[in-house]
Amino acid sequence: MSGSEMSEDEERPCPSDLTGGATAKARNCCFNAAVSGGVSGGVSGGVGGFHFSPHPDQVLENVLENVLCFLTDRRDRNAASLVSKSWHRAEALTRSEVFIGNCYAVSPGRVTARFERVTSVAIKGKPRFADFSLLPPDWGAHFTPWASVMGDSYRGLEKLYLKRMSISDDDLALLARCFPSFKELVLVCCEGFGTSGLAILARDCRKIRALDLIESDVSDDEVDWISYFPENETCLESLAFDCVECPIDFEALEKLVIRSPSLKRLRLNRFVSITQLYRLMIRAPQLTSLGTGSFGNPTLTDEQDPDYASAFAACKSIVCLSGFREIAPEYLPAIYSVCCNLTSLNFSYGANINTEQFKSVISRCHKLQVLWVFDSVCDEGLEAAAETCKDLREIRVFPIEAREDAEAPVSDVGLLAISEGCRKLKSILYFCQRMTNAAVIAMSKNCPDLVVFRLCIMGRHLPDHVTGEPMDEGFGAIVKNCKKLTRLAVSGLLTDKAFSYIGQYGKLVRTLSVAFAGDSDMALKYVLEGCPKLQKLEIRDCPFGDLSLRSGLHHYYNMRFLWLSSCRVTLQGCQEIACQLPRLVVEVISGEDEERSVSPEHVNTLYMYRSLDGPRADAPSFVQIL
Amino acid sequence: MVGEEENTINKLDFEETELRLGLSCGRKKVHHDNDTTNVNGKRGFVDLKLNISSHDINNKNTQLEFKNNSSLKTQVAKTQVVGWPPVRSSRKNILISQKIIGHQENDKIGNGVLVKVSMDGAPYLRKVDLNMYKSYQELFDALAKMFSSFTIVQGMKDFMNERKLMDLLNSSDYVSTYQDKDGDWMLVGDVPWGMFVDSCKRLRIMKGIEAIGLAPKAMEKCKNRS
Repeated sequence: MSGSEMSEDEERPCPSDLTGGATAKARNCCFNAAVSGGVSGGVSGGVGGFHFSPHPDQVLENVLENVLCFLTDRRDRNAASLVSKSWHRAEALTRSEVFIGNCYAVSPGRVTARFERVTSVAIKGKPRFADFSLLPPDWGAHFTPWASVMGDSYRGLEKLYLKRMSISDDDLALLARCFPSFKELVLVCCEGFGTSGLAILARDCRKIRALDLIESDVSDDEVDWISYFPENETCLESLAFDCVECPIDFEALEKLVIRSPSLKRLRLNRFVSITQLYRLMIRAPQLTSLGTGSFGNPTLTDEQDPDYASAFAACKSIVCLSGFREIAPEYLPAIYSVCCNLTSLNFSYGANINTEQFKSVISRCHKLQVLWVFDSVCDEGLEAAAETCKDLREIRVFPIEAREDAEAPVSDVGLLAISEGCRKLKSILYFCQRMTNAAVIAMSKNCPDLVVFRLCIMGRHLPDHVTGEPMDEGFGAIVKNCKKLTRLAVSGLLTDKAFSYIGQYGKLVRTLSVAFAGDSDMALKYVLEGCPKLQKLEIRDCPFGDLSLRSGLHHYYNMRFLWLSSCRVTLQGCQEIACQLPRLVVEVISGEDEERSVSPEHVNTLYMYRSLDGPRADAPSFVQIL
Repeated sequence: MVGEEENTINKLDFEETELRLGLSCGRKKVHHDNDTTNVNGKRGFVDLKLNISSHDINNKNTQLEFKNNSSLKTQVAKTQVVGWPPVRSSRKNILISQKIIGHQENDKIGNGVLVKVSMDGAPYLRKVDLNMYKSYQELFDALAKMFSSFTIVQGMKDFMNERKLMDLLNSSDYVSTYQDKDGDWMLVGDVPWGMFVDSCKRLRIMKGIEAIGLAPKAMEKCKNRS
């Protein structure tokens, strides 16, 4: 990336902000840029050396830069950049954190051209339905092009957050090679790499503070990556590898924990037994967040069991507990002593814990704010949670049997209890089979702070199990009464009415997920016409066709994406959209011929999104871009 | 991810419910090979042009009927739909993964045949999809590329570039071996490529001197070469 592409900056005289520098922050911004060498800074001269009386415009820009440094929220920054050219420039120079909501909406080159002094990058790739096998593998969202461009332009990069991207071992090697100040890597729902890439990262990123692998697919290259961390003391503060499905060398891990005095967050995978966990915990009593690994498979010896309870008691700072992947429930009482401090508890990776076991824990968790569980705790378990956790902000109840004909042991009863006990609730994800409008309506009234409401009635088209009516009124009440609602996922039997409610009341809704719902095009029309803040819309298996698609033409440029699969849109309908909106990339994905689930004239999957840089070059053969 | 879903359909019942429900249903062929069929059980939507009230009634009635039908699980298995309910596979397979003791040597992804490749002296192994290559030479080229990009920590400083590695692979110092379906270690290159792809479970590139203990045939070839 050469400086000549930064056309906006070429006219600038040598910026005196490098020497002037009103605030420390501004100086650091520029200093980092200059020191990390080779950052394409247009005409940004050397460090120290240029002194001349600044032009009045220059003064304004200096002031602006120094002020804008304090603006952190990206939406505020976006607004600021629209004020004028000089604001745009100043904002671009002072933005250190870049967030790319859709990796294909903009090319890496364009980003590095506009924002020169970036230390933190977040990129999201595949649409969410890819998590549920609705996208063939190799669809895209490759990190490599970003890696190579950033490797040249962002030498000072410290933090990288990727979600649903495909990242290779070579990309990880590049990170290790090109970014000497690299501190934090967070990979959420990513794939494409293996333990060999992790090894390179561990070995070469000397300053790494956080390595967080969350729900990512890591291939087993049979390399002992933990042992690749340097021998001396590390700066590690966070190490999360609970999703890594391969055994690790425990001795190496223990030694690593011993030489990582700053370690606060440790999330072990299921190959770490409870006996091994004990050994780690006594080495790291300073932990604030612990993923316990298997919490089972104890090494059985003739000696007594180690005193697990005291190990937990010694960790006075633990506020966040997860793991329990292969839980041996008889050891659960060991965690009692930390329960009273817990703000976050995640039982949703573990095996069943039953109602009684759960109650014995949850009844001690008075400060709990975040709870993730399996439905094996039953309505009764949820009632217990509702009774104790008055501060609860977020709850997620996952199905232990994720099949649409499973007998889910939680129902409207549990939902109602939660709504009555946890009035401060902001976010809920709830899987069940039996639900009633009454319970949902009650929640809408009891929990006015709800921002996220995601209800998944697993059996398709299931109505209110008491009245037999559609779930329209329940969801209607949610959008009507929860005035802060920004994210909604609907399910169960729903007619167009539900969607008219959403269009009418869901004025702040940004994300909407719909499946097996609605009667006609009107449903989608209501939403597209009624929800001005809508950004992400994902729909599957609904009777929505070209007519409804057309009704969103006025809004698609404001959205991050629209996903429609197994609906009733035709190729022609999609083509029409593509013609009317040239800056929209319209991807049509066809399934294998024999497994086409829709009639031949309907498109299998439509995924469309705005883009500044036109259709992507890396689309696989099964993707057609109109 | 898709493999576990059943798709046995009792055709008669299916059609019956298809007419009465506004359910998504598709024209599924009945697969007879139930255990191994991979199903992308997506189902399209059939427009029944029902008006709302009768739609509701029908739904209520047929939900009950459907539930009754579902209870005859052995005979009438509902077609499972891909990606529904929307739970990520990491959470879905919890109970199953706890029962798995070891992991598979081979992964089959679609038409790919992934095998592990280890090279003596290299710090870790890689995986290759044998279906990506059409000949032994193509495979060796790919392996050379793969292993030469390692910055190998101890020993093996020879592998600084691809060409050197290729030479080494082709020379008598190194022997490429593979483990076949029967668990025997064989010399790579003896059988036609297609047969090799079918039977290869794992690859190992070892120093010639360590090829002692291989099948006599392989040993013989070793001796003859040097």
